[in-house]
Amino acid sequence: MFEALQSIIPTVLFYSAPLILTALGGVFSERSGVVNIGLEGLMVMGAFVGIVFNLTFADLFGIWTPWISILVAMVIGSIFSIIHAVASVTFYANQVVSGVAINMLALGIGVYLTKVWYGKGQTDMVDRPFYTMDVPILADIPIIGPIFFEGIYITSYLALILAFVAWYVLYQTPFGLRLRAVGEHPMAADTNGIKVERMRYIAVLLSGAFGGLGGSVFALTIASNFSHATIVGQGFMALAAVIFGKWHPLGAMGAALFFGLAQSLSVVSSGIPLLADIPQVILLIAPYLLTILALAGFIGRADAPRANGVPYLKGGR
Amino acid sequence: MTSNSKHFGLLVPIISVIIGLIAGAIIMLLSGHNPIEGYAALWAGAFGDSYTIGETIRRSTPLILTGLAVAFAFKTGLFNIGAEGQVIVGWLAAVWIGLAIDAPMIIHLPVAILAGAIAGGLWGFLPGLLKAKLGVHEVIITIMMNYIALHVTNAIIRNVLTDQGTTTEPIAGTASLASEWLQSITFYSRIHYGILIALFAAFIMWFIIERTSYGYELKAVGFNRHASNYAGMNVSKNIILSMVIGGGFAGLAGAMEGLGTYGTISVMSGFTNLGFDGIAVALLGANNAFGVILAGLLFGVLKEGAGEMPTTAGVPTELVDIIIALIIFFVASSYIIRWALSRFKKEGK
Repeated sequence: MFEALQSIIPTVLFYSAPLILTALGGVFSERSGVVNIGLEGLMVMGAFVGIVFNLTFADLFGIWTPWISILVAMVIGSIFSIIHAVASVTFYANQVVSGVAINMLALGIGVYLTKVWYGKGQTDMVDRPFYTMDVPILADIPIIGPIFFEGIYITSYLALILAFVAWYVLYQTPFGLRLRAVGEHPMAADTNGIKVERMRYIAVLLSGAFGGLGGSVFALTIASNFSHATIVGQGFMALAAVIFGKWHPLGAMGAALFFGLAQSLSVVSSGIPLLADIPQVILLIAPYLLTILALAGFIGRADAPRANGVPYLKGGR
Repeated sequence: MTSNSKHFGLLVPIISVIIGLIAGAIIMLLSGHNPIEGYAALWAGAFGDSYTIGETIRRSTPLILTGLAVAFAFKTGLFNIGAEGQVIVGWLAAVWIGLAIDAPMIIHLPVAILAGAIAGGLWGFLPGLLKAKLGVHEVIITIMMNYIALHVTNAIIRNVLTDQGTTTEPIAGTASLASEWLQSITFYSRIHYGILIALFAAFIMWFIIERTSYGYELKAVGFNRHASNYAGMNVSKNIILSMVIGGGFAGLAGAMEGLGTYGTISVMSGFTNLGFDGIAVALLGANNAFGVILAGLLFGVLKEGAGEMPTTAGVPTELVDIIIALIIFFVASSYIIRWALSRFKKEGK
């Protein structure tokens, strides 16, 4: 049992971190009333930027390279998400369509530039990805230490901490209240002097930053290079986590951890007697099946923010 | 006023395509390629000889069908992002029938095609049902159904249709859409009779929507659910019907790939993208059956022509994906184009 936990938990944290980060972005965007199907594309952009920056500047920044890479990916991710914000907030575009276009565009740009710059469909492997490490002091605690703090990626803890930060910002600050108000009833918020369009822009930019962070963390911990097949569905899984977590940062974190568990079980299941008998396909489709069940109301009701997906026309009714 | 809005309806897609192509040229310039060479290669890749024309038609066939799948649901105000999954299950079902049954062509082929449509329709039924009965948003459900389709289909190919293999045996000749005659006049491209089915499906959609009371109800539900309910229409039934028929079109698209182009089905590492491209096709075609045919052909040309770009002009094929994404953006943000056009008109007066 102890050994099983010791092999599963770090793997769960490892697989969930990118999902948690990206899902947090989704929570911000959707809480402000902008549907973000484009999370997948934002992750693609983050993964692409993270890898390319890492490959290009590894000599210059040394051991700090992965950290600076994910920061740059965050910045580029949020710049990229401006397209979604302009289309869906300023031009009243259908937000789902705009999100689909974001996904196509990100993959198109990423692979196009990869081919132009590297002359082939995928980049080289990065020299400086994130490595596992033991957290000092905490790793020495008996039982808990080896399970939670040995051979862990520091980015996993970054994701968990950011989830709590996101919760604090959304639920304990005036900014968060305004952001949620804009997503529930934009007209009422507008009447109270909240700038609806500005709040939505900020929220979409935040989702771009988190999506870029999530994608780059995925690329620098799990994938180590970029190609058309680096991000395949993780963004949609993050979107599922947003909904399964009922549009709440900590709920999304829990859902992402659960999906991470499902993913890692499909990887490590062969080593665990009871799980080895479950067909792999069940574990693969579990996150999606559970999301459908959650939405159908079998696992508590999932209600979207009221104004989610509705463009706000000033003076419209 | 009505003539004006019709005018706009045509102008927006045309302007979007033009801006998309110009943006593509700028991207080629920025990445150090010659845009004229690039587009010349694209043209040659799509229309260069009878072989490429055959391949272009072959590639357009499923795009028209997935475009119809998205457009049909959209008429009822539903967003069918699930065309992707519906394509996959349709493909699987058609190939499965193609492999498992032994019958003369006159029975085998129609049954296999129909199996694809039914499988796609079933895959659209669940999101429709959840939407109609529980008010669950169809976008999320169909996205989840896409992944379930992908993983389940892969598992069935590995464990049922083959013995841990990645590609099935070719289907029986009696279930094949391939045509020696069509192939022989196009230098043995993979063109097949599917294009006729796609055009017929577009006709069916036009007929249902414009000429039957079913279509009238579907549209009415799309315009105003509550008013339709008040007028005595069965809203739930119409929502489910719309998703099932839309799913059926997408399933047909999968059947075209399975019975026409490939004759097999393989384990997929990712999506076919036919369903996602279908969204672009429907959007550009303004959800109109005839518009979808034109948009499907255009995207078929772009995608087939892209294959020639790396070898002749050194431009990566992904340029076309960028162009298509941009076209979607411009059509979706048509507010700005309409605004600019109306400004332009006023100034002219």
